[in-house]
Amino acid sequence: MNPPAPPTPNVSVEVRNLHKSFYAQAVLKGINLRIAPGEIFVIMGPSGSGKSVLLKHIIGLLQPDSGEILIQGESINSPGIRDRFRMAMVFQSAALLTSLTVGENVGIYLSEHRLHPPEEIARIVAAKLEVVGLKDVEDHMPNDLSGGMQKRVAIARALVIDPQLILFDEPTSELDPLMAVVVGEEILKLKTLTRATSIVVTHDRSLAFGIADRVAMIAEGEILFVGAPEELKRDSNPRIHDFIYAELPALHSASNRAGPNPPKL
Amino acid sequence: MLQNIGEIILLFWRTLRVLPLAWHQRRKVFDQLFEIGNGSLLMVCILSLFIGGVLALQTGPELVKRGLSFVLGGMVGESICKELAPVLLAILIAGRSGSAMSAEIGSMRVYEEIDALRTMNIDPVAYLVLPRMIAIVLALPTLVMFGIPVGWLGAAFVSALNNRIAVGFNAFFQDLRQVVDAGDVLNGVFKSFVFAAAIGIISCHQGLITRGGPRGIGRSVTKAVVNSIVCILILDYFLTRFLLYIQK
Repeated sequence: MNPPAPPTPNVSVEVRNLHKSFYAQAVLKGINLRIAPGEIFVIMGPSGSGKSVLLKHIIGLLQPDSGEILIQGESINSPGIRDRFRMAMVFQSAALLTSLTVGENVGIYLSEHRLHPPEEIARIVAAKLEVVGLKDVEDHMPNDLSGGMQKRVAIARALVIDPQLILFDEPTSELDPLMAVVVGEEILKLKTLTRATSIVVTHDRSLAFGIADRVAMIAEGEILFVGAPEELKRDSNPRIHDFIYAELPALHSASNRAGPNPPKL
Repeated sequence: MLQNIGEIILLFWRTLRVLPLAWHQRRKVFDQLFEIGNGSLLMVCILSLFIGGVLALQTGPELVKRGLSFVLGGMVGESICKELAPVLLAILIAGRSGSAMSAEIGSMRVYEEIDALRTMNIDPVAYLVLPRMIAIVLALPTLVMFGIPVGWLGAAFVSALNNRIAVGFNAFFQDLRQVVDAGDVLNGVFKSFVFAAAIGIISCHQGLITRGGPRGIGRSVTKAVVNSIVCILILDYFLTRFLLYIQK
């Protein structure tokens, strides 16, 4: 059983010279990042740029070829680090255990580590589900829920850990724009509620600019930019500019719109 | 292949190390026991009945022709409890439960559920492998203990009802009682215990190393079943030699 973690409200994260290759193809090429305690740090970049791989290194699911990850100054690989710091991750696919009910999914951390009696776990689960706007879904199976609801259940599962560091992998992918806004609001709400350090990986520009304290731009395994969202918008790097301001040509050009002359009112 | 064997041994060792957590996983153990044991019971009955029947059918007429009908019960009875019941029921369980284990764990691996467990500091070996291992090593020997008398019954029925054999029910079991003792039954049960551990660890390992979506899951299931069957047959030879050696 895990001993209760110390009451540190949030933690810093440092990524030092991280290299990773898969089948001789370099995916991360010397990543360096410093994330301050309590901030929402967004990592943006196009698909296949290495964002999710970086996130999995930070939580310790992948081991780097070289370089290191420090959580509050301690290596992510140091023994017992997960007992000292509470970390949680919300996966792109939500990664709910499909053989368990929603309630069992949300309470799995507490029940497996035997932190509370079952009645107390049920109360905590209901409370955390309410935080993400879900009620009376404890007995549902994950597959009975919509994609957006599954994401929110995954956030509730992360909240149960009372995390000091919470990682979000593409939290708005596969969601409609309205649900994406709801999830973005949840992430902002968590900052107020938990004061946890949040790292969000996304290629959703509106989410990134809506929630980030600081943004990093990654492309082809390299960090192109780290700074405030407004600075990123003004950056002159053409790769960043192309990513930030990319539009569909048909929407960009008024001349391509359907109908040669809109009717005058 | 050597890497796989090494990984399987390591996984087995890690499973033994989390054995003290077994009581905490009892609900999952019961679920798996029900799935493997109760779910396989009918198939075990049918298989055992027909194994016994076909064995009597093949050997009976030849023994009768040579005037050795009085050894039929002992011969068939010993074959069933020492070899056929443990081996064939292990193959049945490898196909039925081993495949389910590798498919379930494999799909959890592919859809990041195991990664999610790891981020919550939940050991996948304690959570997934341990309950399945405990369940299968309890269920298969129990099924074999159940299958052995059913196999004997099948053989006795065929011996009694087939005109070319015509060895009565009483005569069959009288000879069986003279030849087969509790040690022979234990011999088969011990073998099935080892087979169960092999099926469990091979299937769980295949599940844990699954990669690449539904096709990867399919490949893992195939490998789990085939490797388990090959392992059962190889182990059977060495276990038989070992048991013959200690019985000397």
